[in-house]
Amino acid sequence: MAVVGSLSRIARLGSDICRNHRLMLGRISQRRGIASCIDPAYGLTDEQKEFQKVAFDFAANEMAPHMAEWDQKEIFPVETMRKAAQLGFGGIYVQPDVGGSGLSRLDTSVIFEALSTGCVSTTAYISIHNMCAWMIDTFGNNEQREKFCPDLCSMEKFASYCLTEPGSGSDAASLLTSARREGDHYILNGSKAFISGGGDTDVYVVMCRTGSKGPKGISCLVVEKGTPGLNFGKKEKKVGWNSQPTRAVIFEDCAVPVTNLLGVEGQGFNIAMKGLNGGRINIASCSLGAAHASVLLAKDHLLVRKQFGETLANNQFLQFKLAEMATKLVASRLLVREAATALQEKRADAVSLCSMAKLFVTDECFNICNQALQMHGGYGYLKDYAVQQYVRDIRVHQILEGTNEVMRMIISRNLLAES
Amino acid sequence: MSGRVLVGVKRVIDYAVKIRVKPDNSGIVTDGVKHSMNPFCEIAVEEAVKMKEKKLIKEVVAVSCGPQQSQETIRTALAMGADRGIHVEVSGKDYETLGPLQVSKIMAALAKKEDAQLIILGKQAIDDDCNQTGQMTAALLDWPQGTFASEVSLEGDKIKVVREIDGGLETIKINTPAVLTADLRLNTPRYATLPNIMKAKKKKIANVKPADLGVDLTSRLEVLRVDEPPQRQAGMKVETVEDLVGKLKESGKV
Repeated sequence: MAVVGSLSRIARLGSDICRNHRLMLGRISQRRGIASCIDPAYGLTDEQKEFQKVAFDFAANEMAPHMAEWDQKEIFPVETMRKAAQLGFGGIYVQPDVGGSGLSRLDTSVIFEALSTGCVSTTAYISIHNMCAWMIDTFGNNEQREKFCPDLCSMEKFASYCLTEPGSGSDAASLLTSARREGDHYILNGSKAFISGGGDTDVYVVMCRTGSKGPKGISCLVVEKGTPGLNFGKKEKKVGWNSQPTRAVIFEDCAVPVTNLLGVEGQGFNIAMKGLNGGRINIASCSLGAAHASVLLAKDHLLVRKQFGETLANNQFLQFKLAEMATKLVASRLLVREAATALQEKRADAVSLCSMAKLFVTDECFNICNQALQMHGGYGYLKDYAVQQYVRDIRVHQILEGTNEVMRMIISRNLLAES
Repeated sequence: MSGRVLVGVKRVIDYAVKIRVKPDNSGIVTDGVKHSMNPFCEIAVEEAVKMKEKKLIKEVVAVSCGPQQSQETIRTALAMGADRGIHVEVSGKDYETLGPLQVSKIMAALAKKEDAQLIILGKQAIDDDCNQTGQMTAALLDWPQGTFASEVSLEGDKIKVVREIDGGLETIKINTPAVLTADLRLNTPRYATLPNIMKAKKKKIANVKPADLGVDLTSRLEVLRVDEPPQRQAGMKVETVEDLVGKLKESGKV
């Protein structure tokens, strides 16, 4: 029995599987995480490896083939996200009694990292949706949890997180959107900026001012689409994240039932920040996926492209550059996973570690993707090649969910605090 | 009728991996290489799970023959919806020489032991491309076989199978118990869902040794040498038909 592993046989089977599973063998092998020292499966339990496998397969089959089209045509891939939700990706760390998957922060990070290799922008939106579902699950009462969470976990309905305003970004606690109590409603007035999914989503988790200045005057309200007085600005034109619409969310005497208050008055800022701790791990995980995919793309390019009589892979500078990229990728991955574990275990260093992870990983992974683009030469600048989309999509990760400058504020505050 | 289906699942090198031959030409490099379930076995599992969902059968048992790592493959089958697993432990030299003859003897023994009504296998494995196990298993059990199945429907105690053959599609009706082998277009395997992966942890995998089943693993085949296929040579252009015929005769092809 001579086992001859011919590339042509693999390609033939691949093209067979192609027809059935709609794969593109060449592009997909690059993203299935099959390479040595940067294999993202190391250190995971068998169960986590299964989660990761499903996420990688879903990313390769359902997302990667459409990633460029979703970006160029600015399509919000509702059907694909609903398919992801059927697998349990709609409320990964939401409790099972309201339809969530009840997994850990680390499981979540592993899943988003894998999904991100298929499309960063869509995965990032899914992570924001997950964050909102978790906030309602954790801080909502039973009526609110049962009303909102099942639909969010199945992605029958989509969610948006509304904190940032035109006048308050990094200084989030200075937000101005007011919520004046009148009988059994809060009347909202004000506007939110840069809201992911805004206008196309159904459930808005809104941080607004019910009390006096500062964080303690802020409450968290769930506003449903269709509520009179809820309007949206124009769809923003962005450099990346084009598979999710971004709009201003405008409240004009928008009456929201008091029963939609999450927690108690004055708790809103705390809820927002707790949501963001997890959100920061998720965004960092998305950056990891993009960097991983980019390293594989760069590796494949180096093995194929020839100049000066040999493949680029024989060039020592590029070999060393690739090694540096791989090292920073693995270091980033370890930091994110440790932060996820710390958050799950409610460790004292969780908040700082989440900030450190977000800061380090989004910066390093952007550099990795950028470097991978450079290694492609002129081809890296063409939209026919995926690497430029990874670069454009993860650039914003250094800005949102708390700028990397704000991350430094959080970390230095921890270091310099009088104990 | 037990309503029990055995599904064979094989752990193979992942289809997307670039295969490398060992420097001593004794085989393929498998250490540290990514493995997963044979794609045709995935299709077989999917078919069995679909039958169970339609309440045509009662239990799906996933079977794999191999070393410790084969349990991962069984877990994947459990996550797709199989009810329990059987891991037939074969390792070391025995595993290197394990082939369709031995596996079919094991499947036949298990079919009798588990009182199976149906055995579904992938049509072939992507590492050895043997396309023999299903046929041999049916022969050992003296059961009818529906191979290269692209459509299967249970009709009472018979099965209608549409087979993909060289000339097109052939439809046959066979009695149960029977052996089916899955071809590519039989179905599209589902993704395991997160809840199912977690449920799979609780499902049982029984450990069995081939000796317990009375199966002799000795191989009748010996691998002499493994080589990569020859590098593709450049073609050449010819001016006339006579030149073409001449060159074909020269190279011994005509």
